[in-house]
Amino acid sequence: MIIDWFTVGAQTLNFLILVWLMKHFLYKPVLNAIDAREKRIATELSDADTKKIEAQKEIDTFKHKNEEFDRQRSELLRKATEEASEERQRLLEKAGNDAEDLGSKHRERLRNETHDLHREIRGRVQHGVFAIARKALTEFATTTLEERLGEVFTRRLRGMESPEKERLAQALGSASDPSVVRAVVRSAFDLPTEQRTVIQNALNETVSADIRIRFETRPDLISGIELTANGQKVAWSISDYLSSLEKDIDELLKKNNIKES
Amino acid sequence: MRLSPDEIIFWQHGFIKLNATIVFTWAVMLFLAAGSKLITHRLSGDHNRSRWQNLLEIVVTGIEQQIEEVGLHEPKKYLGFLGTLFLFVATVSLCTVIPGFQPPTGSLSTTAALALCVFVAVPFFGIEEQGLGAYLKSYIKPTFIMLPFNIISEMSRTLALAVRLFGNMMSGAMIIGILLTITPFIFPIIMTLLGLLTGMVQAYIFTILAAVYIAAATRIRKPMPESEVKH
Repeated sequence: MIIDWFTVGAQTLNFLILVWLMKHFLYKPVLNAIDAREKRIATELSDADTKKIEAQKEIDTFKHKNEEFDRQRSELLRKATEEASEERQRLLEKAGNDAEDLGSKHRERLRNETHDLHREIRGRVQHGVFAIARKALTEFATTTLEERLGEVFTRRLRGMESPEKERLAQALGSASDPSVVRAVVRSAFDLPTEQRTVIQNALNETVSADIRIRFETRPDLISGIELTANGQKVAWSISDYLSSLEKDIDELLKKNNIKES
Repeated sequence: MRLSPDEIIFWQHGFIKLNATIVFTWAVMLFLAAGSKLITHRLSGDHNRSRWQNLLEIVVTGIEQQIEEVGLHEPKKYLGFLGTLFLFVATVSLCTVIPGFQPPTGSLSTTAALALCVFVAVPFFGIEEQGLGAYLKSYIKPTFIMLPFNIISEMSRTLALAVRLFGNMMSGAMIIGILLTITPFIFPIIMTLLGLLTGMVQAYIFTILAAVYIAAATRIRKPMPESEVKH
């Protein structure tokens, strides 16, 4: 008999035992290990995905921040450029104004200097003319310039036209008390008593009244005498002649300036 | 000449006997169980694994994949039975290179026992999967006339399983035995190599056929899965 039924039964039992043994010792542990590993790998992949997403988020955040930073930088740059441009404009204007001020100051100073020069010239010319006149009068007429000036002033008082005379009389006659000083005679030099008497008489004759005069010395009245009474003024000085001389000199200087420019 | 290791009896007491088939089966069982225990008692769940663990994982996942490819969608459920079938037959075939080893599958008693196990397992898994009524109904499909043919088919394929494995293993051992007497040096080695190949092929065929029978029993009334319908 090729089949031994006891052996068949024994082998069936053996096989079933082997199935149990293999399940217990091989399949279950191996499959469990594989499952555990797969689970761990899945967890790791999931973690990696989470980290990747977080990393992507951080990248996005940084990108956004970078863009914001770039935007702010360009904005700041633009503002700075505008401010610099405005500042430049302001400084240019200020420089222009300063230059203008400086120019006007310079012109003013030049003008002042010219004016001072003119005054100086005028003063010197006046003094020069006065000295020449005095010397000439002293030498040729045997009299002092002061005397001559007093005479001229007196003559002028006496030779006043009627309306002018009336205006002066009106100005002098407004005060009732004779002791009150009603007229002031200013001269560049101290008038001698004779001169003062002559002027006093001439004035009295002119206005037909006894006028009390106060004499004052004013060196800036270049070789001249002036009478002031209540707003009315009768004067003679070399200034009148010098004014025309000054005009001539001004014109001469202007011509020179035009030529220089 | 011995046709089967059943004939080598070490101990007998009446009906009970201890022949080479049973003894070598125990040896193989011991080898498989002890080897598995030795390797799996310190399995690693992380990336650092021993070579033996890798080997076992390849074997187990390979068998699992094959079972799935046959059409069983829950391979872990059938892994214990089909995997053990394959491992037992394959190990026995590999062990034929050991001098003096008598392959238990060279005994018709062993192959008949394995075929009987398949014969029982097919309706067992079929009933478990689709219920007793549905399984029994499968015998009268497509018509009632097919019942005897289905039963004959069931019987004959079990017989075929047993005889196919027995014939191959027995013939392999027998050819080597005959060749040893004629040309003792080169040819037996070549034939042993051929026998190894044949043994592995038989292990594969036996397991795959068992898987196909179980698949046929469990999927007979099931609708086709959507992925397969598309194909």
